[in-house]
Amino acid sequence: MRNVECGVRDRTRVKGRLIAAILVTALAWAVPAVYAAEPLGKRIVLENGMVLLLSEKHELPVVTVSMAIKAGGVVEPADKPGLASITASLLTQGTKSRTANQISREIDFIGGSLSVSGGDDFASANLRVLKKDVGKGFDLLADVLMNPVFDQKEIDRKVKETLAAIQRQKEEPEVIAGEAFTKAVFGAHPYGRTNDDVAAYLPRITKRDIQDFYSQRYGPNDCIVAIVGDVTEKETAALLRQRFADWKPAEKGDPPHAAPPAITSLAVRKMDKNITQANIAMGQVGISRENPDFYAVVVMNYILGGGGFSSRLMDNIRDNRGLAYDVHSSFAAQKEPGAFRVWTQTKNESANEAIAEIFKELKRIRTEPVSDKELADAKAYLTGSFPLRMDTSAKIAGILTSIEIYHLGLDYPQRYASLINGVTREDILRVAKKYIDPDHMAMVVLGNQEKIKLKY
Amino acid sequence: MQKIRETFMVVLLLLFLSTLGFGQEMRVTETILPNGLKVLLKEEHKSPVVTFQVWYRVGARNERLGKTGMSHLLEHMMFKGSKKYGPKQFSQVVQRNGGNDNAFTSKDYTAYFENLAADRLEIAMDLESDRMQNLLLDPKEFLSERDVVKEERRMRYEDDPTQTMVEQMMATAFSAHPYQWPVIGWMADIGNITREDMEKHYRTYYAPNNATVVVVGDFDSKKTLALVDKYFGSIPRGPEVPKVGAVEPKQLGEKRVKVKQEAELPAIYAGYKVPNLTSADSHALNVLQSILSSGKSSRLYRSLVYDKQIALYAGGDYDDVSTDPNLFYVYAGIMPGKSEDEVERALYVEIDRMKNEPVSDEELQKAKNQAEAGFIMSQDSMFYQAMLLGQYETVANWKLLGAYLDGIRAVKKEDIERVARQYFTEDNRTVGILVPVKKP
Repeated sequence: MRNVECGVRDRTRVKGRLIAAILVTALAWAVPAVYAAEPLGKRIVLENGMVLLLSEKHELPVVTVSMAIKAGGVVEPADKPGLASITASLLTQGTKSRTANQISREIDFIGGSLSVSGGDDFASANLRVLKKDVGKGFDLLADVLMNPVFDQKEIDRKVKETLAAIQRQKEEPEVIAGEAFTKAVFGAHPYGRTNDDVAAYLPRITKRDIQDFYSQRYGPNDCIVAIVGDVTEKETAALLRQRFADWKPAEKGDPPHAAPPAITSLAVRKMDKNITQANIAMGQVGISRENPDFYAVVVMNYILGGGGFSSRLMDNIRDNRGLAYDVHSSFAAQKEPGAFRVWTQTKNESANEAIAEIFKELKRIRTEPVSDKELADAKAYLTGSFPLRMDTSAKIAGILTSIEIYHLGLDYPQRYASLINGVTREDILRVAKKYIDPDHMAMVVLGNQEKIKLKY
Repeated sequence: MQKIRETFMVVLLLLFLSTLGFGQEMRVTETILPNGLKVLLKEEHKSPVVTFQVWYRVGARNERLGKTGMSHLLEHMMFKGSKKYGPKQFSQVVQRNGGNDNAFTSKDYTAYFENLAADRLEIAMDLESDRMQNLLLDPKEFLSERDVVKEERRMRYEDDPTQTMVEQMMATAFSAHPYQWPVIGWMADIGNITREDMEKHYRTYYAPNNATVVVVGDFDSKKTLALVDKYFGSIPRGPEVPKVGAVEPKQLGEKRVKVKQEAELPAIYAGYKVPNLTSADSHALNVLQSILSSGKSSRLYRSLVYDKQIALYAGGDYDDVSTDPNLFYVYAGIMPGKSEDEVERALYVEIDRMKNEPVSDEELQKAKNQAEAGFIMSQDSMFYQAMLLGQYETVANWKLLGAYLDGIRAVKKEDIERVARQYFTEDNRTVGILVPVKKP
């Protein structure tokens, strides 16, 4: 592969054909994006509080379901890190009427897939089946969400597996550096929970912990169900009403949690490992998805390091200097402010040079306005690639879920272009100054420190 | 060269292989231009996007020791400027038009793609046709990109102990065939590659007669074919592409390799030499693979991960989409406190069951259902559909894809036992083991 996934974003429409690159820039900039007029789907609130988002797609006899439940790490007790995640993963490991093996046999037999997993803000459940098996699929989905038994043997097995997986990940430089960075930025905040925290808790996890978390957090109230595929509104609403009728509401409540620590200077953490590359992560707390500056940040970050080969970091560090295969920056915009992070790997000997160039680029985006061409190119890509963000059922389900979680409205695809096109050079300078602060950053450098000879 | 529509329509073929239901219908238009370029078009109107892909029949298979990694490095150089679009312009033009682009190299092929809104399709053609014939290969850009590839190798292999072991296992399994070396190339070889090597590799393999264009998406086939002809039709046919004559001889006994690396847990890969997708046995091997490894109800997961709890992960894969015969391998990551011996034996217990007892009716039907559902679900992604067409066409023939499900449906229990006995023998096996060592 020539490059690893570079922050996939969005789209434009230009009539006519390409004559020269410069001319296309002008065209793409001048012609506004055109979108289909119809909304992405329907929103239906069921009697039990479940929010159904439905996008009918009848081209293929397939149904894709994606559910979001407010049962992520953010609501787990601070002294039980990993509880949310392990609870989610145990749902498919046995119910009142099915063993773990029966569940996997039934879903595998129809060639479908079913999984539940944890996350920072939400737990998510995903189902994909052929149209003809949609009844069976919903039987299984409802059963694992409503009737899990948390058998002690299954808990023991999952704990053992998770601990082994955590140990294995210590082979992966990217994971080690990433975890250290997360801890440095978020501290005791739930977004800062690491493998080490989880490994310390798991040996004392109890069935009671899991059952309590489950009954407090899993229920139809505020549960989001995005369905994309070969079904009608009537069918889906009936299926949900029938299968989830007896689901008891979750108790909920928002437990308070710690704030991320203040970083008072450039906080450098050197980690020694006998590997050929320095793995470098630097950054700080960024923005939430609902921050009004979100769109300005998206455009700014595209220019800085989110835009693949169109970004400054890639141009400087990879294209001009040949120092790295991958260098990028990202803002994890979640329910709460997630991390702004710059990430790269370079041979140990060139770590100092790469870091110096990253700092140069951070300083430049904070002090100099971006060029008109950079701004136009970023907008052209972000608006023009929107159809590619909706070209599979799973992607549409993901967008529907985001629309509900972040209150974006079902006309979000139609509004997206104007949200992006409204961003100015001044906005970009302002948000870069506001959300990127090289003097108050966490920096993790993992590698062979003898060769790295870090100057920071 | 002027285009003559009648000539390039000679091989126009609209294939409706549908006899047994939904999954079989290919709806692919095949055309061969006079310069030898094969064009596969598949209209898919469910969303207003298109994927444009160019597949070259060149990969690590076409290289030699001392210069391994040329195909992959050339893939990188294809983004470093051509006559009309200079250095840095390629991806920027695609992105400015709201598209994503990338490329990938394997042992058998090198493929380039652009995913775009449907009305931007022509841009991809302009870009790809330019770099099919007018690559700059700037000397300075070349040296810098060679360093980038070294960094890629450090990231993907040198600092990943399991990958290092798998690389060694492949190098051990094949003695006379180029599948022995990694696609990215050995580190020293990457450093040996010169700009002149790139030029030669490019001139030898990048020609319309060694390429397939695959387009899937929201377009009109007739208009699109005319556009492909407009952009690619005048590119002159290249010289005959040199054949790869290498044939891996029959293996005469088990081969084993241990890799000692700083790592947390041991891992094991055991590969058997098997035929590729052109063999009638490939269908039984695919069903067998599914029973061994598809889903949590599959045998390897059930036995090694769930019941015995001796493996953190376990599975099996069959490299059937391959120009020459490749491997069927089973693998496992070993749980703390368990020995690689125990896990290796447990893998062979499952292999031996395949040879010695018929699979259950439920397992056979499940594997067939999974293949069918998988085929239908894969149609959701235009990119993936195009990728399958490109892969099949480049290593063999895209029409095999249309026969895939029928082949799977026809597999009987006896076929599975037969292929297991025939190929899964100790003498035909190569085993790689990652042995973790502690820091010095």
